[in-house]
Amino acid sequence: MTASQTDNLKRPRMARSTAAIFGERIIELLIRLCGVSAIVFVFGIFLFVLREGAPLIGKLDWTKVLFSQEWYPTSKGNVRYGVGALIVGTLSVTGLAMLFAVPFGIGAAVFVSEFSTGKVKETLKIVIEMLAAIPSIVWGFIGLSVMNRLIQEYLPAPVGLNLLNGAILLALMSVPIIVSIGEDALKAVPDSYREAAMAMGATRWQTVYRVLFPAARNGLLAAALLGVGRAIGETMAVLMATGHAVNIPKSIFDPIRTLTATIAAELGETAVGSDHYRMLFLIGVLLFSITFVVNLLADLAVRGVRKQ
Amino acid sequence: MTIFTGYSGDLSQPKLEYSLATRGLSLWYDQFKALDDITISVKTGIITSLIGPSGCGKTTLLRCFNRINERYGNVTVKGEVTVMGRNIYDPDVSLIELRKTVGMVFQRPNPLPISVYENVVFGLRLHSESSALKRSLLDAAVEKALTEVGLWNDLKDHLDRKATALQLEQQQKLCVARLLPLKPEIILLDEPCSALDVNGTRAIEELMFSLKGRYTMLIVTHNMAQARRVGDECIFMLLGRVIEHGRTEDIFLNPRDPRTAEYIEGRYG
Repeated sequence: MTASQTDNLKRPRMARSTAAIFGERIIELLIRLCGVSAIVFVFGIFLFVLREGAPLIGKLDWTKVLFSQEWYPTSKGNVRYGVGALIVGTLSVTGLAMLFAVPFGIGAAVFVSEFSTGKVKETLKIVIEMLAAIPSIVWGFIGLSVMNRLIQEYLPAPVGLNLLNGAILLALMSVPIIVSIGEDALKAVPDSYREAAMAMGATRWQTVYRVLFPAARNGLLAAALLGVGRAIGETMAVLMATGHAVNIPKSIFDPIRTLTATIAAELGETAVGSDHYRMLFLIGVLLFSITFVVNLLADLAVRGVRKQ
Repeated sequence: MTIFTGYSGDLSQPKLEYSLATRGLSLWYDQFKALDDITISVKTGIITSLIGPSGCGKTTLLRCFNRINERYGNVTVKGEVTVMGRNIYDPDVSLIELRKTVGMVFQRPNPLPISVYENVVFGLRLHSESSALKRSLLDAAVEKALTEVGLWNDLKDHLDRKATALQLEQQQKLCVARLLPLKPEIILLDEPCSALDVNGTRAIEELMFSLKGRYTMLIVTHNMAQARRVGDECIFMLLGRVIEHGRTEDIFLNPRDPRTAEYIEGRYG
């Protein structure tokens, strides 16, 4: 190597100013901070909620708490914190809601993405987005006034505020999420797959269930699970529409109570630092764990699908 | 149209002299006229190549024969397109039957994101009752189709592999293989080698030779050398019109139209 060549190696010809170098570093740092902050916030929230509830953890008989349905947090003589019925309430209303919302949402996503064009498609997308923008308290109103009456009138239910009512509201609330994520998933399927299927004489419906569903499986699964997440966390609408009775439902016409609604309804009435107050925070931890497990399952499922 | 006996090996069945034909075919995308009064007849059992510069309408013409053009709603067609002697725009023509008869291979290999096996039997699953599809029948169809395209030895132990994970060349062969169980008469190929390397291109061309006689093939290609290698006949298009149609040697050696000659010489396009 000649002297001039080594010189060139040592001294890059396009030296950048110090400001540019530092600017780059700072921006990189900021972006890194944004990424890391998500983790920090999630753990921070979890730790805070846990801290409020922690002093009570040792004092409770946990099998009783988790499996008993006796929720008497303000009893004078015998305080019992059984959340079994609340867990069942949350899971049943979410499950039933998903029974309505997933087929309906995926169906709507298929229609928007594959069967509608032009104005119909645009209108549908806007309206579905508007559905997502309706505040949950308004849904609660609808449950309380409209659905309540309809259920009492047309179905053999003694009360209109029950599991079915809450589930229908939750379904309506999670459908927009399922539709928009599902539509994205379908839209991401390369058009060449559609052409391949059509050129072999597939009808549109055959194309959807033989080609698009397998191709968009991950995305559709994610759509459904985001819908579940939305439903589990919902508070106001279920508080107003489910009847808010601590009860393990025997039919879809029974009133129930959810974990979220319990926290919302009772936290304002407790003394800070009391056992009841701490118990509500522990319910928060429980809720957090449930959503964590759902997300984890979703992730594993998606991974499993991907490996195939 | 004359009926001509005994093309290819199948002597029992009289075959049409021309599998594909158009008469006065014009096509518009919205206001844009992409095809202008096209009248051609494509002979049964040989390979015909469609050449011409970009945007001359060769792919559009190809996509008329299985009416897949129509998936974009803005297409207007005038004139007549016949496949196996039948006008495919007649109201009683079933699109499904048409597309079983006319298979298509695309520019980018597009096997479906399912297993190799399922790709090959995809057509059978689409067009038969599931009760009629015995496992043994499907297995036989897969072996026959993959053997025909020369993939059986490579893939017989990997039939459950995802088709999109294969090499591009194998993917493209698979795209041919999946047409065969439907017993097509015609295979349309839309620049089937443009995504492949030299060896892949050679493999697909050899495959086309081996399928010659049994299927009528119409191939769109940008590659004039390829048109020369594979095509028995050649159709030269320019600005939505057919300029010249003849035997490949004639087109390349003694073109009748000066525009063909200039294109062949590489003056434009």
